[in-house]
Amino acid sequence: MSFSIEGFSATRRLVLQGAGAVALFGFGALAARPALAAANDTYPEAAFKQKADKDAIQALYGRTADASDKVKLDAPEIAENGAVVPISVTTTLENVTSISFFVSGNPNALAASYAIPEGTLPAVSNRLKMQQTSNVIAIVEAGGKLYSATKEVKVTVGGCGG
Amino acid sequence: MASTIRVRAIANGDTTEVQALIQHPMDSGFVKDAQGAVIPAHFIQQLTFEHNGKAVFTADWGPAVAKDPYVKFGFKGASKGDELKVSWVDNKGASDSTTAKIQ
Amino acid sequence: MRFVLAPVLAPVLALISAALAAGVIAQAAPAADKPDPAADAKAFRNYFVTKFPSVKLEDFVNGPYSMNEDMRKQWVEKEEFPPYDFALDAGKEMFAKPFKNGKTYADCFENGGIGVRQNFPYFDAQKGEVVTLELAINRCREANGEAPLSYVKDDMASLTAYMAYTSRGKPFDIKIPDDPRALAAYENGKRYFYTRRGQLNFSCASCHVQSPGQRLRAEILAPALGILNAMPIYRSEWAGMGTISRRFITCNSQTRAVPEEAQSEDYRDLEYYLSYVSNGLPISGPGARP
Repeated sequence: MSFSIEGFSATRRLVLQGAGAVALFGFGALAARPALAAANDTYPEAAFKQKADKDAIQALYGRTADASDKVKLDAPEIAENGAVVPISVTTTLENVTSISFFVSGNPNALAASYAIPEGTLPAVSNRLKMQQTSNVIAIVEAGGKLYSATKEVKVTVGGCGG
Repeated sequence: MASTIRVRAIANGDTTEVQALIQHPMDSGFVKDAQGAVIPAHFIQQLTFEHNGKAVFTADWGPAVAKDPYVKFGFKGASKGDELKVSWVDNKGASDSTTAKIQ
Repeated sequence: MRFVLAPVLAPVLALISAALAAGVIAQAAPAADKPDPAADAKAFRNYFVTKFPSVKLEDFVNGPYSMNEDMRKQWVEKEEFPPYDFALDAGKEMFAKPFKNGKTYADCFENGGIGVRQNFPYFDAQKGEVVTLELAINRCREANGEAPLSYVKDDMASLTAYMAYTSRGKPFDIKIPDDPRALAAYENGKRYFYTRRGQLNFSCASCHVQSPGQRLRAEILAPALGILNAMPIYRSEWAGMGTISRRFITCNSQTRAVPEEAQSEDYRDLEYYLSYVSNGLPISGPGARP
């Protein structure tokens, strides 16, 4: 859906020029992967109810993750506002079937979980809520194993919001 | 009223980049209103993107996803002119869907 | 009387140095001199450009994002699919919808209201007052038998978002006619901007001239140059849109000063002053802010 006003070439996006330019995640080829069931064929109610990140990961995937430098988690140092924190993940791992985001300091750690079918790039950008300064953990399920990357994001009380 | 779903799907070679912005309060159920009453949880639980009848991306969301949620991903195997169907269901059972053409 | 001067001197010096820092004192007009807005605007711009040599002139309109890299990254991401999108589309629809009498907003504005936002506020010689875009919208409604809108959000924000969008990229072009009343309004706006008020004893300048790029508690302060160019804004803090009226009011409350009514004479004069000294900088609204 595009939005245009006759007579105007004002670009919707202030900073990025050119709707055609697609700077994609750009890494390793998508090899064939074994047909693993997605981590969540139905809504993972139980996982969303867990408080601690370890419990949520266990409830969602049934196993634990190993930290991996092949998972690149992009999140700000200091969130400009805890209500809208842009967070994204890319990975060079192959046979990715699922990507999930956990916010340790939230009342319930699991924030979002994405099923990555074959043919879909193993990368996601989204905007999450963070209640307080805490770790953000990205989990990538690839080839039946779990890999993680963690980053602390500071969340402050807004000064002028006080 | 227009759909709650805005989607931009752009084909670049054999990869299609998809961005979606959805109008939804994503109330967490933890916030109180001015009178002190809890604003009930009201958030999208599942969001699906389909191409040629096949799901190319599925999101399971909780209330920690930001209001007016945004998501970006990419997938292969589609061409300019193809259709992408986007639909969501929230915890109250409400839903919306839209179909966009890949540019 | 030297022993009396010492305790008096420090705060006076502080005031003078603050005024110097604001580049104002050279233009501070003793009662007999005529105000010189053009010289003010030049000095205002020079102050910021000198203070932030690595910031491009057009970039000042991006407020805190021109001041801090980590914040800028988050903003760039948000602008890919901005949160004000919904208000913008709603504004476009609202703008086109006729009033009960069949007329539309286009009938009240030059060029049908498209691409005119950069001319507001202007001085209305007939009424002898400053007219802002928000005021003009409500005057248009009232002239056509419609109830006025709340100045702070919702429909007013959507309409001004759309009108700002049609002017994106156009430089602010505020005019101060050679009319003593217009000059007085301009001077009143400038006075308001530099006057300390409230429990925290802040003036607008305390934050936006003396401390842009620095933190006020957790927020990065925006520079005053170009500060209205992105309005109206979607603030994450408000989880919604807000107008210039909303921001003036909430900023006063947050600095523990008594807010005035939306579109009060002081607020309109303040908008006049701030817009004029940002002449030449591009309209970037609607905008997104923390």
